[in-house]
Amino acid sequence: MSAEEWQVVAFTLRVSAFAILLILPPGLAAAWLLARRRWAGKSLVETLITLPLVMPPVATGLLLLKLLGRRGPLGGLLHDRFDLDVIFTWRAVVAAMAVMSFPLLVRGARVAFEGVDPRLEQIARTLGAGETRVLLTITLPLARNGILGGVLLAFARALGEFGATILVAGNIPGRTSTLSLSIYQLVQLGKDDDAFRLLAVAVVIAFAAVWVSERFLARRDAP
Amino acid sequence: MAKPARGTAFFILLSALFLSGGAICAHAAEIHVFAAASLTDALKELSAPYEKASGDKIVLNLGASSLLARQIEEGAPADLFLSADEEKMDGLEKHRLLLAGTRRSVLSNTLVVVVPADSGLKIAAAEDLAGPRVRVLALAEPQSVPAGIYAKGYLQGKKLWSRVIDKVVPTENVRAALAAVESGNADAGIVYKTDAGISKKVKIAFEVPRAEGPKISYPFAVVAATRQPDAARRLLAWLESADALAVFQKYGFLLAGG
Repeated sequence: MSAEEWQVVAFTLRVSAFAILLILPPGLAAAWLLARRRWAGKSLVETLITLPLVMPPVATGLLLLKLLGRRGPLGGLLHDRFDLDVIFTWRAVVAAMAVMSFPLLVRGARVAFEGVDPRLEQIARTLGAGETRVLLTITLPLARNGILGGVLLAFARALGEFGATILVAGNIPGRTSTLSLSIYQLVQLGKDDDAFRLLAVAVVIAFAAVWVSERFLARRDAP
Repeated sequence: MAKPARGTAFFILLSALFLSGGAICAHAAEIHVFAAASLTDALKELSAPYEKASGDKIVLNLGASSLLARQIEEGAPADLFLSADEEKMDGLEKHRLLLAGTRRSVLSNTLVVVVPADSGLKIAAAEDLAGPRVRVLALAEPQSVPAGIYAKGYLQGKKLWSRVIDKVVPTENVRAALAAVESGNADAGIVYKTDAGISKKVKIAFEVPRAEGPKISYPFAVVAATRQPDAARRLLAWLESADALAVFQKYGFLLAGG
């Protein structure tokens, strides 16, 4: 593997991890609210969160492009106020990955929260623990494996993101080129051998992520 | 109506679909034309009258010539290939994927530098592209896509490539570079004059003088694997007719050797 290829691999891992860190707090909050609370508009929010999972990634990408473009509501603000560009930069890669993997994270975490016996939380409350303490000492530790499984699955999804990324970030060597984008580019250039090397790396990373995630999810039911 | 009727109706509908599909295929030749993205609008305009006159159906597959050449190499069902550069044709010819004697260079084009229609940037010469106010420059992918290779060649000729490379956003094909400028996400772009002509959202900052830019040539050829060489040859001949060339010229294409 050449230096550029390692750069692509490292970049992909870095932005994927950053995207997951970014969506972790809102993702866990959404998952907990969906699992533990009843509120108006819950099923609507639930559907909206799932949308990126089933919509064509390119369609999601187009919405992001309109939102984050220099003339979009959010991108325009960043450009005019802070002189910050999103489209065609690594920030756009992170945005695409974050949006596309959000549903997987929420689904995983939600199932994990639902798997925690509410009676245990109730007991803690009767013993005088506040809601925050219940969450931090009972719910989160018990849901840990399920959440980690969801995190890894979301991470794997982020690694492979293509459709939305190519629209909002382009495929700029050394700046926005991820594993998926590089493989696509190499195939177009007719460099199939190089593409296969990156493909092998992608398979290894994805395999590891899914395998570890399955282990966590399998351990979830254990006491 | 009773319930069983629904199943029957569905069956009839399904058979009708299959039969009609079969009928269309049996009638006339369906010519698959793989064509450079820059030819999109001209070819769409040319398709209708040709289909009416010949009875054949034209199916367009539009994209970067590099991508199309790759697809043909991998055995995609193409009858005619209209490339935006000679190099892609050379590759196919070397692998004997073209029908011998059908290749000819038909059209040429001009490069232009475009900016968003509402842009206040003052760009009058290539050197301005290296200036600090151009932060994002959209080009078709400069290693493989013809429009990008031409643009890179032009900038290299001006000794500017190394100064602009950090702001180049390579795009899938030339129309994607145009779109990046249209949306305002790129400050400027280099596309063909014919692309700039179809867009109201960009304006031409300047035209690359023919002497300074690389030689742009659009070769056409029948693909060797075609199952309908006669229909493909007929369409190719017609694309070189005075009527068809007039349409290409209307869009701003130049005639090869002209």
